Amino acid sequence: MIATPRKAVALVSGGLDSMLAVKVVQEQGVHVEGINFFTGFCVEGHTHAIRKKDRKKPKRNNALWVAEQLGIKLHIIDIVEEYKEVVFNPKYGYGANLNPCLDCKIFMVKKAKEWMEAHGFDFIITGEVVGQRPKSQRRDTLPVVQRDSGIGDRLLRPLCAKNLPPTLPEREGWVDRERLYDFSGRTRKPQIALARRFGIEDYAQPAGGCCFLTDAQYSAKLQDLWSARGAKEYEMDDIMLLKVGRHIRPAPEFKLIVSREEGEGNFLQGYRYRYPSLKTVSHAGPLALIDGTVDEAGLELAARIVARYSQGKSAPEVELEFRDAEGASRTLKVAPLPPHELKREWML
Amino acid sequence: MTREVLDCRRLLCPMPVIRVQDRVAGLQPGDELEVVCTDPGVLQDIPAWCRINGHRVTEMREARGEYILRLRVGEAE
Repeated sequence: MIATPRKAVALVSGGLDSMLAVKVVQEQGVHVEGINFFTGFCVEGHTHAIRKKDRKKPKRNNALWVAEQLGIKLHIIDIVEEYKEVVFNPKYGYGANLNPCLDCKIFMVKKAKEWMEAHGFDFIITGEVVGQRPKSQRRDTLPVVQRDSGIGDRLLRPLCAKNLPPTLPEREGWVDRERLYDFSGRTRKPQIALARRFGIEDYAQPAGGCCFLTDAQYSAKLQDLWSARGAKEYEMDDIMLLKVGRHIRPAPEFKLIVSREEGEGNFLQGYRYRYPSLKTVSHAGPLALIDGTVDEAGLELAARIVARYSQGKSAPEVELEFRDAEGASRTLKVAPLPPHELKREWML
Repeated sequence: MTREVLDCRRLLCPMPVIRVQDRVAGLQPGDELEVVCTDPGVLQDIPAWCRINGHRVTEMREARGEYILRLRVGEAE
C-alpha cells in the first residue's frame, strides 16, 4: 500500500529562507502549499506601484514568484483588520521601531495553524533560523512562538531543526531529521550555499526586511498619526498613504501629503474624493492632500507650502486649486513659502 | 457558465490578487471573471497567481489608466 504523503503548509514571505525551507521538505516527498499574510505594512511591490521612476524595474510579487518556482500553490490571506491588535498592543513589545516582530510571528503561526486544521494539513514549516533575527528568531523566543501560537511541536524549521528538539514530523518519520539542517546565527553563507546546491540563483534579499514597520521613517510617521489623533488607530488608506509623498505637519490639526513626482501625483489623485486637496494651477507642481482640519489661515499656509514645491517657487505668486472632499473647488493665490520658513520639525 | 466583473480599482497589490482569489473560490470551472484594476502590478501578479492555481488569463488590456484582465477558471484538483 502506498502511504498518502503528509501535507505541510509553509509560511512563504518571498525571501530566500522560506523558499529553502519548502525545498528541503519537498525533497522528502511532503506535499507543501504556501501561505502568505498581507498585513498592510508589507513592502512588497507598493513603492514600485506608486512611484513612476521605479517602474522601469520589472515588478513582481516575490511570494507568488517563489511559489511558482517551487511549483506550489500559494494562498494569500488578508489579515489587515486582525493585525491591528498586534500593532497596537504587542505583548512582547516593539523592536527598534514600531515592529512587533515576536508577536507578529506568533500571530502568523496561529493563523497558519487555523488554516492547517481547516484544510487537513499535518504541520507547518517556516524558514526561521535560530539566532537570525534579534527578537523573533532567538533560541529563547523560538519556543515562545510554538507555545503562544498553540502549534506546539507541529512547527518544523527545516533550516535549523538539528539545533532544536525533534518535532512531531521528525519523531513520526514524516520527515527525516538527518536530511534537515543546523544553520544558526546571522550569517547568510549556509543559505546561499544551499540555494546554489538547489540551483536557485535568483532570489529576493530585502535589505530592511519585508515590513514597513521596521523602517524608522515610516514608524515615525505612524507615531505622528497616532499622536495627532490622540489614539492608536489606522485605516488601510492611512497606512498606504504613509508610504507616499512628503508628509509635512505645520500645525497639530493637519498634515500635508505632497507628491514628489508624477507617479505619486497619480496615486494621490485617487484619494481626492476622501481628502481636501491642493493642486498648483499657474505652474507645474505637486498634488497635496490635507489630512485633518484646516481653517482659512491654515489653508493659506498649506497652499504656500505646496507652492514652494512647484516650479513657481521663485515666483511672487502661485495660483492653486483647493478642492474639498465633496468636489467643490475654489482658487487661491499665494506667495510660495521661502525655504527658511519651512521648519525642519514640520517634516515627518 | 457565468461571467462576472470584479472592481479592484484603487487597490494596491496584493489586494487585487486576494480579491480575485476569494471570488474565484466561489466560481465553477469554465466560469469567466473580468477584473478591473488601476495598480499596474496586477499585470504580473494576477497571471502569476493564475499559473500557480491552474486558471487561465484569456485577455489583458489597458484603457484610460485601467487594466482589465479576463480570467477563465480552471479545473479544481
